[in-house]
Amino acid sequence: MSGLTYEQVARFAQQGGTLYFVVIFLAGVAYALWPKNREAFRDMAHLPLRDDEDEHVGS
Amino acid sequence: MSENLAQQDSPPGAVALLILSAAGAFLGLMATALSPDPLFRLEGWIFTLAALAGATALTVGVANGRYRPDPGRYEDGVIRAGAIATLFWAIVGMLAGVLIALQLAWPRIFYFPEFGFLNFGRLRPLHTSGVIFAFGGNALIATSFYVVQRTCRARLAGGLAGWFVFWGYQLFIVMAAVGYLAGITESREYAEPEWFVDLWLTVVWVAYLLVFLGTIWKRKEPHIYVANWFYLAFIVTVAMLHIVNNLSLPVSLLGSKSYSAFAGVQDALTQWWYGHNAVGFFLTAGFLAMMYYFVPKRAEKPVYSYRLSIVHFWSLIFIYIWAGPHHLHYTALPQWAQTLGMTFSVMLWMPSWGGMINGLMTLSGAWDKLRTDPVLRMMAVAVGFYGMSTFEGPLMSIRAVNALSHYTDWTIGHVHSGALGWVGFISFGAVYCLVPWLWKKDRLYSNALVEWHFWIATLGLLLYIAAMWVSGIGEGLLWREYTPQGFLANSFVETVSAKHVENIVRALGGLMYLSGALIMAYNIYRTIRQPAPAVLPEASGPIVAAAA
Repeated sequence: MSGLTYEQVARFAQQGGTLYFVVIFLAGVAYALWPKNREAFRDMAHLPLRDDEDEHVGS
Repeated sequence: MSENLAQQDSPPGAVALLILSAAGAFLGLMATALSPDPLFRLEGWIFTLAALAGATALTVGVANGRYRPDPGRYEDGVIRAGAIATLFWAIVGMLAGVLIALQLAWPRIFYFPEFGFLNFGRLRPLHTSGVIFAFGGNALIATSFYVVQRTCRARLAGGLAGWFVFWGYQLFIVMAAVGYLAGITESREYAEPEWFVDLWLTVVWVAYLLVFLGTIWKRKEPHIYVANWFYLAFIVTVAMLHIVNNLSLPVSLLGSKSYSAFAGVQDALTQWWYGHNAVGFFLTAGFLAMMYYFVPKRAEKPVYSYRLSIVHFWSLIFIYIWAGPHHLHYTALPQWAQTLGMTFSVMLWMPSWGGMINGLMTLSGAWDKLRTDPVLRMMAVAVGFYGMSTFEGPLMSIRAVNALSHYTDWTIGHVHSGALGWVGFISFGAVYCLVPWLWKKDRLYSNALVEWHFWIATLGLLLYIAAMWVSGIGEGLLWREYTPQGFLANSFVETVSAKHVENIVRALGGLMYLSGALIMAYNIYRTIRQPAPAVLPEASGPIVAAAA
């Protein structure tokens, strides 16, 4: 008797995979909706409109 | 000359690159001289001559005191070169496409048995690689260099490395294309180049990744704009896909042939894991980055929902990577793996449409511009085609639908609605935006010509995909028709001749799309040759050439 059976691997992959993707997705949504990020995201959304092409990049 | 050298040290990057080019030329010459394989020698000559040309150009440049960039300005030269290369390869790749479309309609056209390179089998990879990697790839590299500098407020990192990426990538394209015509192939779809060309692309691509990351590293903005996330996902994932799919063992280090490290169904799955993610990360993620920069910029509206763009990004990259097995329905691939690929493909519908809605709704409050600005309209139609083909794709990935659609022209039509409608139009739009900005012109030479390009290309595209729907579904139905005795009702050649008219319509559609690109090339040429405007409009900001 050695190693894992197909059923064990399949159960781990199916349940673990489902959990993994749900957690990742919720983490992404939470990051997007986190109230603290609201200002930063609003600022970022306007970034392309601010970057005048000839602006000097050096400090 | 000596004055320049006295003012500043020799640019170390240029000198290092010069030494590397010379070493490359030597290596290429040795390999060419020692190889018994005529195909390998042909590629060896190309590589050697390119390395020599690079070394010569660098010698002249260093001797004349060039390559001392002003760190206070953006590196735009390489982007200008990229915009021109994009158009050049668009025409080459689409011309090859029209040629093989005509060969499908009339098999003897442009085919002479004594010229093997005119064979459909050799011209087809020239077309696919020409439009995907040469046209699309140059558009991606050029726009990514533009966007990452502007949204990070930093000059492109690595000095001459950006130019190495540009010329190295052109060398990859030429070696791949000449190889296809000469008969070198790995027979892996969208990954046909042989091992030595793959190695060269790996070098170039790693340099590209480092230039991009280095620019992000020295950014002056606190955050990384969402377009850069998409570009980064594209660069990193393509590196991973390219390396794993091309793991192979050359027969000889001086020969052009190699064999894959994988065998049987594992090899097929590796190939389609690569192949579908070439669609997902090369043809989607990178062009979404274009959408997230050029659509807001052109519409002068911020992206509709920045939060949605974050959810779009993370869900797209996590789901896409699993969708490949849908290319192997009803094969030796285990059923559960097919189901997995199908399920993830259907799930992809959600992030794709989230992205489409985000792109289109960015125009809210600026819808009137669609009437007056053909460039913005082109990009809006591109986003529409993104939505259309990302609806069709999940549908076709369902096993029962795939039973009808697989191996038929429906698949070809689907690919082209994505490639011509989405990738082509968003790239054209981005180049139309970029050229006046990069060459400091206040507008394009002719908006009327953009209108012509838009309408002729859109009509051509509609003809193309409509013809492919008809021929694809017809073909699928003919293939599955049985006689009462249980034999196939139609021979294969009957199903081929049944789509003769559709093949003619398809060639016409492709010709129209190519004509649009030619009109664009003329318009861009005239835009670049326009005299500089006497007074720049205020919106383009202060000119600092004198200050630098």
